[in-house]
Amino acid sequence: MSDFAANTQTQEAQFGDYVALLKPRVMSLVVFTALVGLLVAPVGVPPVVGIAAILFIALGGGASGALNMWYDADIDRVMKRTQGRPIPAGKVTPGEALSLGLWLSGFSVVMLGLAANLFAAAFLAFTIFFYVVIYTMWLKRWTPQNIVIGGAAGAFPPMIGWAVATGGVSIESILMFGLIFVWTPPHFWALALFMNSDYDKAAVPMLTVTHGRPHTRRMILVYTLALVPLALGLGLTSIGGPVYLAVSAVLNLAFLRGAWTIWKRDEDAAAADHYAVEKKVFRLSLLYLFLHFGALLAEAGLRQLNMGGW
Amino acid sequence: MPITETHEIHHRRLGRNLGVALCLAGFVGLSFFLTISKLRNGGTIEGFDYVPQPEFTVGEGSE
Repeated sequence: MSDFAANTQTQEAQFGDYVALLKPRVMSLVVFTALVGLLVAPVGVPPVVGIAAILFIALGGGASGALNMWYDADIDRVMKRTQGRPIPAGKVTPGEALSLGLWLSGFSVVMLGLAANLFAAAFLAFTIFFYVVIYTMWLKRWTPQNIVIGGAAGAFPPMIGWAVATGGVSIESILMFGLIFVWTPPHFWALALFMNSDYDKAAVPMLTVTHGRPHTRRMILVYTLALVPLALGLGLTSIGGPVYLAVSAVLNLAFLRGAWTIWKRDEDAAAADHYAVEKKVFRLSLLYLFLHFGALLAEAGLRQLNMGGW
Repeated sequence: MPITETHEIHHRRLGRNLGVALCLAGFVGLSFFLTISKLRNGGTIEGFDYVPQPEFTVGEGSE
């Protein structure tokens, strides 16, 4: 049976490897925030339409992940954190990742247009374009502000979820976008403070490398200060309420305190306790975002019982 | 000619093939329920059968 000889390499790509191309962990954040955006909107959608819309938004996010892995395969090979990804590991060829990404992009956009509305579909298409072209191809390797602007791609899903239900944009959806957008830099830079040697090797400009670590510590505080009014302001809109505001106040105090401590510390102190504070703030930032959107969901649930909201 | 022999690749690719099959089946199911849901919620449908359709008939004297 020598006619199958070309397919006898040991590194056969399994179904899971194609799933890994779609960055399932990023996808879970997309699903969660898009779902909240959809559920807190003042207009309801039939459950099947909602499920389908979330699925296609997630698929669009996954498609942009595959395109990102196709384009970044060269730096993924160098960085320890990403060496196990399907392309650097030799399981999936770059061409396969490219075609999977392109097909899924088109498919998810068209299907979202059919399931929900054209505005939401156009928004999803723009998000994929933004993440793949603006962030991955253009900004990531060029400017240390890559995280700031790239964060916008991760911030669009709740706006798309909102657009699925309402067919448009509003102050509430813009503030949900703002919350993730301004949250991303302090979240990511806290991570960069305790593991940046990887980005050094790959020559990706990271703020910690280009502007130094003290500057990064200052920027974490600056962005956290900008984040507080956005997070609290969201609580004063129609989707907020006392529960959200209480949760937000506690989280913002904790996050601010963490950012302040990071700013006050120098490298010697951080190295002495193996970046304990930075790691703690990074974990806190994950909880911060999760609980903010969880609180929005809780308010929407309470409103159903005529208890939540203002 | 029917495939009478199975090759080792059929076993090796079983997971992939099953995965693709499940995805396709899921998509078929989703499309079906999406259609039902859209129709139930006021989607329009025209049954081109023997039921008279007023919008296609020209009113008397409206030449």
